[in-house]
Amino acid sequence: MSTAHPTAQTGDLEHAAHEHAEHHELGFVSKYVFSTDHKIIGIQFLFTTLLMMMVGGALALAVRWQLAFPWQWMPFVGNTIFAEQGGQISPEFYTMLFTMHATVMIFLVIIPVLAGAFGNFLIPLMIGADDMAFPTLNMLSYWFMWPAIALFGASFFFGGGPAAGWTSYPVLSAIRDAAPGSGWAQTCWLLAVTFVGFSSMMGSINYLTTIINMRAPGMTLFRMPLTIWAMFITAILQAFALPVLTAAGFMLVFERTFGFTFFVPAGVIVNNAAPTVGGGQPLLWQHLFWFYSHPAVYIMLLPAMGMVSDMLSCMCRKPVFGYKPMVYSMAAIAGLGFIVWGHHMFASGMNPALGMTFMVSTMMIALPSAIKVFNWIGTMWGGRLQFNAVMLNCIAFVSLFIVGGLSGLFMAAVPVDIYIHDTYFIVAHFHYILFGSTLFGVFGAIQFWFPKMFGRMMNDTLGKWHFAITFIGANGAFFPMHMLGVAGMPRRYADPYLHPYLNHLLDMNRFITISAIIMGLAQFILLFNFVYSIFKGKKCGRNPWGANGLEWTAPSPPGHGNFDILPVVFRGPYEYASPLAGEDDFLMQTKFLPPEDRAKEAADHDEVEGKH
Amino acid sequence: MKKFWCLFFMFWPIIGLIACAISPSMNWGFPYGLPAGSPLGERIDGLYYMILALVLIVFTGTQIGLGYVLWRGSEETDERAWYTHGSHSLEVIWSIVPAGILLFIALYQMDVWAEYRIQDNKNFPNQLETTVAEVTARQFEWRIRYPAPDRKFATRADLVTWLRNPQSDDLYSVNDIRVPAGKKVTIHLRTEDVQHSFFVPVLRIKQDAVPGKVIPVWFEATRADQYELLCAELCGWGHYKMKARVWAQSQEEYDAYLKQLQHDQFDDGVSSAENDED
Repeated sequence: MSTAHPTAQTGDLEHAAHEHAEHHELGFVSKYVFSTDHKIIGIQFLFTTLLMMMVGGALALAVRWQLAFPWQWMPFVGNTIFAEQGGQISPEFYTMLFTMHATVMIFLVIIPVLAGAFGNFLIPLMIGADDMAFPTLNMLSYWFMWPAIALFGASFFFGGGPAAGWTSYPVLSAIRDAAPGSGWAQTCWLLAVTFVGFSSMMGSINYLTTIINMRAPGMTLFRMPLTIWAMFITAILQAFALPVLTAAGFMLVFERTFGFTFFVPAGVIVNNAAPTVGGGQPLLWQHLFWFYSHPAVYIMLLPAMGMVSDMLSCMCRKPVFGYKPMVYSMAAIAGLGFIVWGHHMFASGMNPALGMTFMVSTMMIALPSAIKVFNWIGTMWGGRLQFNAVMLNCIAFVSLFIVGGLSGLFMAAVPVDIYIHDTYFIVAHFHYILFGSTLFGVFGAIQFWFPKMFGRMMNDTLGKWHFAITFIGANGAFFPMHMLGVAGMPRRYADPYLHPYLNHLLDMNRFITISAIIMGLAQFILLFNFVYSIFKGKKCGRNPWGANGLEWTAPSPPGHGNFDILPVVFRGPYEYASPLAGEDDFLMQTKFLPPEDRAKEAADHDEVEGKH
Repeated sequence: MKKFWCLFFMFWPIIGLIACAISPSMNWGFPYGLPAGSPLGERIDGLYYMILALVLIVFTGTQIGLGYVLWRGSEETDERAWYTHGSHSLEVIWSIVPAGILLFIALYQMDVWAEYRIQDNKNFPNQLETTVAEVTARQFEWRIRYPAPDRKFATRADLVTWLRNPQSDDLYSVNDIRVPAGKKVTIHLRTEDVQHSFFVPVLRIKQDAVPGKVIPVWFEATRADQYELLCAELCGWGHYKMKARVWAQSQEEYDAYLKQLQHDQFDDGVSSAENDED
C-alpha cells in the first residue's frame, strides 16, 4: 500500500512552493516555539530530553551517594536541601530519589527521545513525506510534555515528592498516610504521567497515519528503513498499551481523591488510622500497570534497534543482514510483549499457574532478540568498518545488549526469579538494556543525524572520548550489580548494611558509585560537543556519511517541505557495496538506473528474495 | 587505531568473565558463600548455575563472533564490503538452536515451581499439619502469632477459623520467627497495611504480602540456624529496616521456646496453670 498519487510536475511544484512561501511568513514564535514543522518539534524534544537526562542522572547520583556513603553529609546540597537532617539524605527522601530517577528517565527521557525526537525528525524524511499527517497534533504532543514536567517538579514540594516507586503500587500509593509522599505529591505524579501518556498517544497516532499513508512513490513497506519499521511497530505498542495505563492512573486518582475503592481492600490499617472501607484488589493495579509497562520497555528499545541497524549498515558499507527477519523479529518482540507482563508479578501473590504461562511467553521473547543480535553481527561480517564515534556507540549497543538480554534469562526462570526478584540483579538487567543498549544507540543516533538536523558535523574526537569514558563507567557501574543481586541485596534500600549478610558489599557499592560519577561527568563532553557544534561545527553537505536513506537526499538542514524534488524510490535502503553503484560504494534509493542495469538489479533481487 | 577499538571491545567481556570466575573466592555470590539452607533452595541454586553455564557459553560465543567480525572488518583494504542481504540457512539455524535451548530451560524448571507453589503437587505440604505461625507484616516490623502448642488443626475449617480469629491462647512475638528445623513448615503471610514481602535470602524464599490476602508460604530449613528475614517490596520510608530473623531450631529447643513464650505471656505470678482462661 504505497502512495497512489505521485503529485506534480516540476512547474506545479514551483508554483505551489511560491504560494506556500507567501502565505507562511512565520514570526519567531510560530517558527521556533509553537512550530508545526516536524523537524523543529523533533529538535525541541531532543533539547528537552537531553536536559531531563541530566536531571534524572543527578537523581541517580544522589541514590548512589547514599549507598556508597550511607547517612553521610551530602556534597553540594547537604547544607541547603538537607540542612534539617544535618546534611544527610533522610530515608523518606531516599524513597523519593529512586522514584523520581526512574520516572524522569522513563517518561521524560527515553520514551520522548526515541519516539518524540527521532521519530518526529526522521519519519517524514525517511519515507519521503513533507511533514507528518497531523502537524498541529504533533506540536501539541511536544507541548503536553511541559505540564508533565511542571507537575513532576511541583510534586517535590508536597511532602518531599512521590515515594511509592515509579511502579506506584497501591496500597502505598493509594492511602495518603502510608508515606509522606503519598499525599498531593502522588496525585501530581499521576496527573503528570497522564499528560505524558497523552503526548505519546498523539505521537503514535501521527506516526501510524504518516507511515501508512504518506510514503513516497515506490516506497513499499519492505523498502522502508528499519528505523521506520521500528517507529511503526513502537507506535502500535504505544497506541494499544497506553490506554490501560491511563485508565489505571485515573482509577488511582479517583481512589485517592474521591474515595473510590478499586485497589484498597477492606480492613487495611495504615499508620494507626481507621480501617479502610475497601473492597478493592491491590493486584489489579499491578496487572493494569504492567500491561502497559511491559510493552513500554519495548517502546524504549525498538526504535534504538531500528536506528542502530541503519547506522551499522552505513558504517560497515554493506546491507543489513537479513532485513526481513529483522522486521519479523521486531514484530514478534512487540506482539509477544503484550503477553509477558506477568513476569513482573511472579512473587506478587497472583495465581501460581499464571507463573507458568508467563514464563513460557517470556522465554519465547528471548528468541527474536537473539536473532537480531546474530543479524547485527552478520551485518558487520565482511564489512569495511569505519570506526567513528557513531560506529563505536552502535558496537557498544550490540555488545551490551548481549549482556542485558542474557541476564533476562535468569529472571524468566520463575524459581530463580523468586530469589532475584526485587534485588539488584533486576536493576543490572534493565540498566544494561536501557543504558547499555538504548542510550548508546541514542548517542550514536545523535551524532549520526546531527548533520541532517543542523547542517554541521559534531566533533568526532570528542565523540570518541565521550564514548570511551561512558562505556567504561557504565560497565563499572552496572556489571557489579549482577553480583549485588546474587548476593541478595534488595532494591530500594536506603541502608542495606543494617543486615549482616550484606555488610561486605559496601566496597562494591562504592566502586559502583565512583563509576557512576565518572559516567555522569562524561555526559558533559557530549553536551558540550552538541551545543558547540550547533554553532561552530564543520559545515557539511547533504550526505556526509555516504548513507542510503531518503533523508540524505534532502538539504542539511532540510527546508520547509523537506525535499526540493519529490523523491521516487526504486529500491531498498541498504544497497551499499552494490555492484551496480558504479564509482560510489552505495546505491541511493532514489537513483535511477539505465535499463540494462535495472534488469540485472531485478534478477539479483529475485535471487536474493528467494533466500529469505 | 581501528585495531585498538577491536581490542577495546574484546577487553571488557574478558574482564567480565574474569569477574565471574573470581566471584566465589571474593564472596560475590550467594549469601555467605553457602549453599541454600533449604532443599527447594538448593534446586533453585542448581537451576541458577545451569542457566549461568548456558549464558556464559552463549556470551563467550557471541562476543568472540563480534570480535572476529570487528577484527576482519578493520583491515585496511580498498575492496568493497561483501554485498549480501543475508543467508536463509543461517537464519534457520540460529532460530532453531536458541529456540531449543529456551524450550529446554522452560521445561526443566516447571517441576521446581510446581513443587513450590501448586497446592495439588504431591510435595506441597499439608497445611493442617505444618502450620506453625501467622506472620503479619506492617510498617515496619513483622508480627508473629503462633497457635498454642497443643492446638491442632483437624480440618480446613479449623485452620480458617484460627486464621480469621485470634484465639486467647495464641502466642505473640515480633521480628523473631521460630520453626522446627529439618521439616516442612507453613507460615501464613498477611499484611496489616501496605504490600511487604517475606524474603529469607539464605532459604531462597520470597513471597509478597498482599493486603486483603492470606498467603501460605512453606519451607524447610535444612540446618538449625538463624536466617535473616527482610522485606522485599517497597513499603515506605522504613522499608530497609524491617530486620527480623527466622530461627530454625531442633524440635526440643523449639518446643522449649514456645513453652517459654507461653509462660512469659500468661504467667501472672499467681497461678501456674498455662491455659488459664482469664
